[in-house]
Amino acid sequence: MSTSYLIKNVAVLGGTPSDLLLQDGVIRDAADAPADAEVIDATGLIALPGLVDLHTHLREPGREDAETVDTGTQAAALGGFTAVFAMANTEPVADTAGVVEQVWRLGREAGHCDVYPIGAVTVGLQGERLAELGAMADSAARVRVFSDDGKCVSDAVLMRRALEYVKAFDGVIAQHAQEPRLTEGAQMNEGELSGRLGLAGWPAVAEEAIIARDVLLAEHVGSRLHVCHVSTAGSVDIVRWAKSKGVDVTAEACPHHLLLTDQLAATYDPIYKVNPPLRSQTDVEALRAGLADGTIDIVATDHAPHPHEDKDCEWAAAAFGMIGLETALSIVQQTMVDAGLLDWAGVAERMSYAPARIGRVAEHGRPIEVGEPANVVLYDPAATRTVDPSESASLSRNTPYRGMELPGRVVATFLRGKATVLDGKLA
Amino acid sequence: MVLDARDITRALTRISHEILERNRGAGDLVLLGIPSRGVPLARRIAERMAAVEGFDVPVGSLDVTMYRDDLRMKPARALLPTQIPAGGIDGKVVVLVDDVLFSGRTIRAALDALNDIGRPKAVRLAVLVDRGHRELPIRADFVGKNLPTSLVERVKVTLTGVDETDAVTIQGVVGS
Amino acid sequence: MKRHLLSAADLSRDDAELVLTTADEMRSLADRPIKKLPALRGRTVVNLFFEDSTRTRISFEAAAKRLSADVINFSAKGSSLSKGESLKDTALTLEAMGADAVVVRHGSSGAPHLLAHSGWVRSSVVNAGDGTHEHPTQALLDAFTMWKHLGESKPGGLEGRKVAIVGDVLHSRVARSNALLLQTLGAEVTLVAPPTLLPVGIEGWPVETSYDLDSVLPKADAVMMLRVQRERMHGGFFPTAREYSRRYGLDGKRMAMLQDHTIVMHPGPMVRGMEITADVADSDRSVIVEQVTNGVAVRMAVLYLLLGGSEPAVGGEE
Repeated sequence: MSTSYLIKNVAVLGGTPSDLLLQDGVIRDAADAPADAEVIDATGLIALPGLVDLHTHLREPGREDAETVDTGTQAAALGGFTAVFAMANTEPVADTAGVVEQVWRLGREAGHCDVYPIGAVTVGLQGERLAELGAMADSAARVRVFSDDGKCVSDAVLMRRALEYVKAFDGVIAQHAQEPRLTEGAQMNEGELSGRLGLAGWPAVAEEAIIARDVLLAEHVGSRLHVCHVSTAGSVDIVRWAKSKGVDVTAEACPHHLLLTDQLAATYDPIYKVNPPLRSQTDVEALRAGLADGTIDIVATDHAPHPHEDKDCEWAAAAFGMIGLETALSIVQQTMVDAGLLDWAGVAERMSYAPARIGRVAEHGRPIEVGEPANVVLYDPAATRTVDPSESASLSRNTPYRGMELPGRVVATFLRGKATVLDGKLA
Repeated sequence: MVLDARDITRALTRISHEILERNRGAGDLVLLGIPSRGVPLARRIAERMAAVEGFDVPVGSLDVTMYRDDLRMKPARALLPTQIPAGGIDGKVVVLVDDVLFSGRTIRAALDALNDIGRPKAVRLAVLVDRGHRELPIRADFVGKNLPTSLVERVKVTLTGVDETDAVTIQGVVGS
Repeated sequence: MKRHLLSAADLSRDDAELVLTTADEMRSLADRPIKKLPALRGRTVVNLFFEDSTRTRISFEAAAKRLSADVINFSAKGSSLSKGESLKDTALTLEAMGADAVVVRHGSSGAPHLLAHSGWVRSSVVNAGDGTHEHPTQALLDAFTMWKHLGESKPGGLEGRKVAIVGDVLHSRVARSNALLLQTLGAEVTLVAPPTLLPVGIEGWPVETSYDLDSVLPKADAVMMLRVQRERMHGGFFPTAREYSRRYGLDGKRMAMLQDHTIVMHPGPMVRGMEITADVADSDRSVIVEQVTNGVAVRMAVLYLLLGGSEPAVGGEE
């Protein structure tokens, strides 16, 4: 008999406090709590549905020096996630049933959260021909999300074929929108600062032009499209326009794009080097507004671990990416909830219900109601903490929030009723 | 005040005559003032020599900043002009001119600087004031006024051209 | 407290004028039989050149040696650098050797900044050119050259002078440093280039811009031509080398439009026939060779002011 948990006095989605019973993997009526249930006093805490990250890099197989499925999912659980979608840019690339099943299995063995592998769109991410999307969909990993993230599916014909092909198994193409020719050698957002710093610019139009093309393609062939890490105001406008025309497009924003701007690059510290790059304050505000009004459907972390030596060097030689699983919820609280743009119900929609829907997983992103799977996060919004990279469960330390004081703290995470995190620590 | 403008004028006139007398004329003389105040002094001496001998003695300046032995003890100092007259100093009798002779370190630095510029036949030293307290075996050949002082006193020289007036004063306590 | 020279923006107006007057004194050293000053005796200056540049490295080497410093040359070829040793490990090795100043040229913008702020070395860092970011000592020697010809070697001598900088501004660290330094010294800068070679956001710089060279030349007191690589043609920055020279090259005909006192400059190396023709480069107006001579004096001034005392007299904060 596994432990059941009676969570007392918790504010579900920030509402009126009540009691929750997690037993045998589902949420039950608290009145039926057995005598030996472990009691958790959740006064002052809120309960959110287990978070679902549609965009994470677990690096295994191939870059276990940066992260493994085990350490990455530990970081996820500490961040309040009960499910993560693992991007395909591993070594070897996850472009076959074999590799995706390996990643899926590693996730199950680690047991900290559910891992849903994302399949590559093209073989080896080369952008030349489609990978065996059907085989990956039929595999034990049941892949539904396909992405060449890290690279853009820039060839228009190939993108069209991919969008059409995945309709057969209700799949979705998640596009990393970056016109490669406009961003050759690009290092940071193209603007006044990039010209002064002598760092090659990554113009907003390189993202917006691809999104514009892809939403029109999706409309033409009648497919779903998901846009990864939207970073510019122009991109938000294009997605809003596409939705108004009825295009089946969803979009994600990353926590760092909700808070940080390109001005940080003036330090030449590559901790701020990320793809797509940090943008201007105007872009940050447009993303927040877009997330608030639903133009941007979800928050995804784009957790991108890198070993120390890939960031402890000159900017141009450094890798792109920031870790983010453990800080995501706090950043969303600070930029959206505490700023009055979103309530906790809105957070649940954007960080749990919607990502699960887009990823087509039925067991996650469920409301906190009796009968639903017990995937729950207990969170203390009144706490504050100073970000200390050395405390991270990730193998990597490349967080841009080092030394910052952030609101909120994940107190407990439950995966199908089993505690993966208790009292803020791995269980 | 220890010397007023007229005292200074008389002293410079006397020094000019002494230099010419000892050198038996102005023939191979070169006057090099040590900036800042050694330079106007050197010029005035040259003017008097020209009046007496009818002969323009070459005048220039020699900045010793780079050769100071206390270079590393303070932040890097701005350099002052070094202008060596056209004929150079090789084989000449160089008369260094400065306002105050004190520890002797400035003159030692000047000798090192001269060494890197050429090889004079002889080097002499003319100062307006010798206040004693030598730390090195250096002595002046021509002195305007010997001024015994205590170490806590400050000797202040002002000269028109650099300052408002000509005067030499002693100030009681360092910093006052 | 160590300070660094990473960007022309690190110099206040007073700092810049101090470098110029100090360089003026250093220049006369070249006329002496013994071309040496003892000011940096016992100091070690390391030339850390990740990019090939014989001209700049020799200039810094001569400057350091004339001040009696010990010089160690560390260049990318034939060292562990070519085997992919990181900037960090190279820096730690230098620190172990006891460098007082590191003169660094690197292909990545921001590399000297990283060296100065990483804590790997305690020495002063002098940026000898980083990527497409800056080249502050080049700007100083350019300003010195202009100051001698147009500024009568006096403080404030460049106030109000009009300088035209022509060429591939987008990829030029020389243009960036010059634009900043000349503005600090009170000069008025106009950048002239085809639109493809001006960076986005240039409206925020303290300069004028123009696409029309012929309209800018008659008003200029100094014209600085930047090197333009023919290979830029392949990036689509201009259609052919011929069209570039026709529209933006300084030839004899354009030289005749200049005022009598106007000088022609180039940081080198020149691509004769591309941005500048031989007759202009070799004319009386051209001070290109003098720029090189001035380079040693200016770099002597910089090294002296950073290392000659107990602490630097100029430069950017730690």
